[in-house]
Amino acid sequence: MEKKITLSVKDLRKVIGRREIIKGLTFDLREGEVFGFLGPNGAGKTTTIRMLVGLIKPTSGSIHICGSNIAEDFKGALKNLGCIVENPELYPYLSGYNNLLHFARMLDGVGEGRIKEVTALVGLSERIHDKVKTYSLGMRQRLGIAQALLGNPKVLILDEPTNGLDPAGIREMREFIRFLAEQEGLSVLVSSHLLSEIQLLCDRVAIIAKGTIIRTDTVQKLLSNREKMVWRLDPFFKGKEVLGALTGIEEKEDGTLWTEYNEQMTPEWNKQLVEAGVSVLEMNRKMPVLEDLFLELTGGETIE
Amino acid sequence: MNKLVQNEMLKLIAKKRLVVIALIIGVLVILFTYAQYKQVQTQREKLGTSDWRTILQQQIVDTTNRLSSSRISDEWKKQLQISLQQQQYYLDHDINPAEPGAPTFMRIFLENSIDLFIPLMVMVIASDLVSSEHSLGTVKLLLTRPVNRWKVLLSKYITLCLAISLIIAITGFLSYAISGVVFGYKGFGAPILTGFHVTDEGLNTSDVKLLSLWKFLLMDLGLVWFVAIVVGTLSFMLSVLIRSTAAGMGVMLAALISGAILSNMVSSWESAKYFFMVNLRLTDYMKGNAPPIEGMNLSFSMSVLLVWWAAALLVSFMVFTKKDVY
Ligand SMILES: Nc1ncnc2c1ncn2[C@@H]1O[C@H](COP(=O)(O)OP(=O)(O)O)[C@@H](O)[C@H]1O
Ligand SMILES: [Mg+2]
Repeated sequence: MEKKITLSVKDLRKVIGRREIIKGLTFDLREGEVFGFLGPNGAGKTTTIRMLVGLIKPTSGSIHICGSNIAEDFKGALKNLGCIVENPELYPYLSGYNNLLHFARMLDGVGEGRIKEVTALVGLSERIHDKVKTYSLGMRQRLGIAQALLGNPKVLILDEPTNGLDPAGIREMREFIRFLAEQEGLSVLVSSHLLSEIQLLCDRVAIIAKGTIIRTDTVQKLLSNREKMVWRLDPFFKGKEVLGALTGIEEKEDGTLWTEYNEQMTPEWNKQLVEAGVSVLEMNRKMPVLEDLFLELTGGETIE
Repeated sequence: MNKLVQNEMLKLIAKKRLVVIALIIGVLVILFTYAQYKQVQTQREKLGTSDWRTILQQQIVDTTNRLSSSRISDEWKKQLQISLQQQQYYLDHDINPAEPGAPTFMRIFLENSIDLFIPLMVMVIASDLVSSEHSLGTVKLLLTRPVNRWKVLLSKYITLCLAISLIIAITGFLSYAISGVVFGYKGFGAPILTGFHVTDEGLNTSDVKLLSLWKFLLMDLGLVWFVAIVVGTLSFMLSVLIRSTAAGMGVMLAALISGAILSNMVSSWESAKYFFMVNLRLTDYMKGNAPPIEGMNLSFSMSVLLVWWAAALLVSFMVFTKKDVY
């Protein structure tokens, strides 16, 4: 059975000045899924998110959050939404606790109990009474998420949530987002310009460039047949000859050979190479980079 | 709404603005108290007596002398004539025009701070109430709650009005408490003259009546509060329109200072009386000083300020509820 749709966007457009920045986006988010919003800088991710959370008015199109149209029933729609737009900016001169108290007061029926709960959930209990200006970026990010979760939202929107975090922080964030979707049943929209991040985090992904969605699909379908295998062989020419006879190869400037990634065939190719007296110095599975994926999807058009 | 105002108060207090303002007012009052004290001393030395009748007599002689000099402008001459008439009236009725004491000091302090000092203090709070949310980026969180935008802005405006009332109260209290140390705390019952009208023929004293100083002070406080609310609302509007707090403050400061300058030189530019900034010295009407432009009076100035206030409020709410936030 299909999961319930929590966020529904139809033919969303935004014109700023004379430029059309967002050119008709349509997509849905379902309960319990992490949805990726992938595109290079300037693609229009933040602009779209600003429209989703009610900061800017769409030129046309509709946004429904849990059934409420944001243009008609702003309160009803925003009740079910938590968000961080760009950086997690909170009041630096207030303590973390007072920041949460401040935003809890803007929600109906959110009291101290819930504040304690979200504080514990993001692991900030120890420092919650310190001023926010003494927090590290990672702590601010966590406080931002705590703030977004205060009102028990159904939809969570995070704009580039791992920006500026160190690798450990990125991993922690990733696990936390997966936890929210899988255990708490939230729909999470995450934007990013990094393919690797989206790949590890999301169930489905919309690829956006120049204000249009090029493709929406599950991560598996988008990436599975686009992974490559990188070989470094010695002697090079002999290896190239053997491997080339088995499958299509691509020669790179750094002296490696690229083939398609094929789980079944790789051991076989490896065996053949070894039998032919070629040593396999290196064998690597390679994720496609965003630029390559774009090139393929747009048929050679650049993404500037 | 209550909770939203609580929020704004929480931020205002955390920013410690009111403490800074109270400190500034305190320092200024101390300064003026000392100046006033010095002035009284010099006068006593000069006249060799502390009897105010002699001092008033001397002032009348001074003013008359200045009037007979040919080098003064017509406007200045008119001013002098009016104050001469007032002084004469006080002397004839045996009323001390500057009944020494903290209440009188408070009156003088309020009258002198109404057009620049109090508006400046109000600006400190009003001008970053909205724009600081933009510069911090917190506006994005504030406006993505399930609360309508006009309510968010209204909570800020209510907070501003509360803060302004508090500033006026602090000013009144500090000017009384501090100056009383030197001049004594008595004198609330002292009679003071009000109801002078400046007409084409000069000072009209037909409506003049005696008022207890405390009643007069209450009226002064009310007028100062009114001016502060109007100036606060205008800064508030600028804070909505301009993202940069510094730019908003600059515009407001320029307006206030130009108002002080204009008041002294626009008597022949009649339409200038519709500027809000030449209408700020409301307390002057109570004392019978000549207005900067002929034809201005208390109700005219209050109406002009009221129109500016309403327009500023309307613009603030229209823009804030409609505009895209980047
Ligand atoms: N306030 C604005 N006025 C004009 N153009 C803007 C404004 N904000 C963003 N843009 C333009 O919209 C495009 C998309 O920006 P943005 O949504 O921030 O991209 P992303 O978040 O995907 O990096 C960019 O080309 C940017 O120049
Ligand atoms: Mg962005």
